[in-house]
Amino acid sequence: MKAILSIIWKEFVQLRRDPRLFPVLFVSPILQLLLLGYAANLDVREIPSVVCDMDQSAASRDLLGRFVNSGYFTIRARVGRMEDIDPFLDNGKAAMAFVMPRGFGDKLAGGSQASVMIIADGAESQSATIGVNYATMIAGRYAQRVILDRFERIRGGGMKPVLVNAEVRVWYNPELRSRNFMVPGVFGLILMIMTMSLASMGIVREKEAGTMEQLIVTPIRPHQLIIGKLLPFVFIGLVEATFVLIIARGWFGVPIRGSVALLYVLCLAFMLNTLGFGLFISTISRTQQQAMFTTTFFIMPMMLLGGFVFPIENMPRFFQVVSHAVPTRYFFIIIRGIMLRGAGWPELWDQAASLAGLGVLILALSVLRFHKKLD
Amino acid sequence: MKPFPLCCVRAVIVKEFRQIRRDALSLMFLVFLPGFMLLLFGYALNFDIKHIPLAVVDEDGSRASRDLVDKFRTTEYFDLKAVLPKTAAIDPILAREDVRAALVIPAQFADDLTAGRSPSVQVIVDGSNAMSGTTAAGYVGAILQSYSQRITLRGLARRGFTDVALPLATEVRVWYNPELRSAKFLVPGLMAFILMVIVTVSTAFSVVREKERGTMDQIRVSSIRPMELILGKIIPYVAISLGSAHLVLLLGEVLFGVGIRGSYPLLLLAMVLFVTGALGQGLLISTITRTQQVAFLLAVLTTMLPTFILSGFVFPLRNMPPVVQAVTYLVPGRYFLAALRAIILKGAGLGAIWNQLLFLAVFAVLSIGTSAVRLGKGEKERPRRRRRGGA
Repeated sequence: MKAILSIIWKEFVQLRRDPRLFPVLFVSPILQLLLLGYAANLDVREIPSVVCDMDQSAASRDLLGRFVNSGYFTIRARVGRMEDIDPFLDNGKAAMAFVMPRGFGDKLAGGSQASVMIIADGAESQSATIGVNYATMIAGRYAQRVILDRFERIRGGGMKPVLVNAEVRVWYNPELRSRNFMVPGVFGLILMIMTMSLASMGIVREKEAGTMEQLIVTPIRPHQLIIGKLLPFVFIGLVEATFVLIIARGWFGVPIRGSVALLYVLCLAFMLNTLGFGLFISTISRTQQQAMFTTTFFIMPMMLLGGFVFPIENMPRFFQVVSHAVPTRYFFIIIRGIMLRGAGWPELWDQAASLAGLGVLILALSVLRFHKKLD
Repeated sequence: MKPFPLCCVRAVIVKEFRQIRRDALSLMFLVFLPGFMLLLFGYALNFDIKHIPLAVVDEDGSRASRDLVDKFRTTEYFDLKAVLPKTAAIDPILAREDVRAALVIPAQFADDLTAGRSPSVQVIVDGSNAMSGTTAAGYVGAILQSYSQRITLRGLARRGFTDVALPLATEVRVWYNPELRSAKFLVPGLMAFILMVIVTVSTAFSVVREKERGTMDQIRVSSIRPMELILGKIIPYVAISLGSAHLVLLLGEVLFGVGIRGSYPLLLLAMVLFVTGALGQGLLISTITRTQQVAFLLAVLTTMLPTFILSGFVFPLRNMPPVVQAVTYLVPGRYFLAALRAIILKGAGLGAIWNQLLFLAVFAVLSIGTSAVRLGKGEKERPRRRRRGGA
């Protein structure tokens, strides 16, 4: 125990020696969360659009008005010919265009099928898809009304039109704020990046500086050394988690509906993973540069394959299987579950077990690697 | 140009190349990692919202209700994950994220339909992911719409009104990416993201490593000037990074069919400016830090999340509040991504992207210039620091 304490003490002294480390450790996560919490926003509103109304009838104006009044689109320009749409989309001044072809109103009134054209800038990632979805929904609702009108006219042959209504209830995030989803994700990423990069330098730095031999000749046992090296990072991680949680709750108003204690316990389980990965990298690297590259190599998949923004169920089957080895996968479900859904132990135990199991595995692996190194 | 500084730069370049070659593993990472990451993520990720896991509670159990459930079963937007006996069973599986939407068909559904009363179904959507929540609700609405239109038209046809057409056809055209293929969204974004991270990381150690090992002093006592040192350190990496950038471009074309529509020289110019700027950022980090540990933290913190979130890769820039939008101007990935999308997907010319290139050039000059200044200052500060450290 005393040996571990002295290692911890040595680590803190060493960390303090670089005066730039602590500002980086504690100020940058706060800055990052503040910025990214505002930026990570997928609520698509007021997509700049171009309108080309070649019909100029009451019906075409009616439908166009519905697009605009939905709040999803704002009109940047009205053009008379379709060719005039090109420049707006080419230089990114507009991302969508609505075209009402000639005869739109007449066809609708005459009972035949009219068409409306929706053009979207496919080079722009998300908003095109979302915009198209919104627009087709609005057009569909309009079509529904037209059907009803026609029914009135022909009196339906004694039959009433049928309309299956959807009573939509949104759970956990009734105002559908995407920030509530993104901030917990950013929290997990910051925690991961910080602890993993710190730990990845932990052992290799001693190797590079040549102080590893000194540590080996002391009576300290390998597992004591590892515990002593990792505990300061656990402490730093927990302090950072606290800062970030306070901002998420106090500044961004993201709810924490579940138990805070459980959240901390599972943060520890998550850090078992990040520190384990970091330590593993540190034991297999010869120089800090190699450790850095390897860490980058591991951080990127954890960021992208864990379900931070890209849902796992959309990935090809192979990658869905691979994602089981990605600790962020479990942690994102856990943290969003606790914060937004108020989930507790009964809902999360299997995720927590997978997370902890993976962490113990990787940590054990790096301790083993480390033993070999000493021999 | 005087011949003397040039020969000094060359000496540093040779030294750097030797050092890079000695560490074969790092070189491999630098050259192949971007390509490998593109391969991995290009296949793994997409922006589509499909296969939303769905639970169904069919309290009616009639033919009409099974018909409706079938509509949900056959669409690719939903994956029917569970058929539950009662509404109360939805709670736990929604909280566990086993499903993200639930459809409840009430008991009198079929009776209402045949009686001509418009029935209601209940749709419960997990809103925690606002985007997939909104979209799921939209899909449900669309499916119900077409279901009721079909029933209405069928009823009419039975009564002899066969010429009633669906009133409105929506024709969706997606420009630059007609099939709305995710690869075309993704590949330029991934290119910018991966290159930014890897390239910046590769120079983040270049100066600080020499400081930590004490070899900086050897360089300092030589007659080399800061700017020469920096150019010498950067040029080998520009060459290597351009190589890996081309590998990424090639993979994008061969594997994901993202061909370059615009001019290649323009693309090359954008890549050179971006890579130089990113290397400059790494170098700047290297000159202001004292240990490799802090340099690494700074490199990762300033590239990874900012490029991912603040460049317009995933999150539309125009949704951000003005202050955050102002900050995005500090993220070189933003300009590079805009230029990439314009050149690769839209085939835009210099006229459409000159401002992006200008910003990239300004960023490169600023980051490298500041590093040179910092390096010059570091020399003067150094003796004072040493004395304090020795005491």
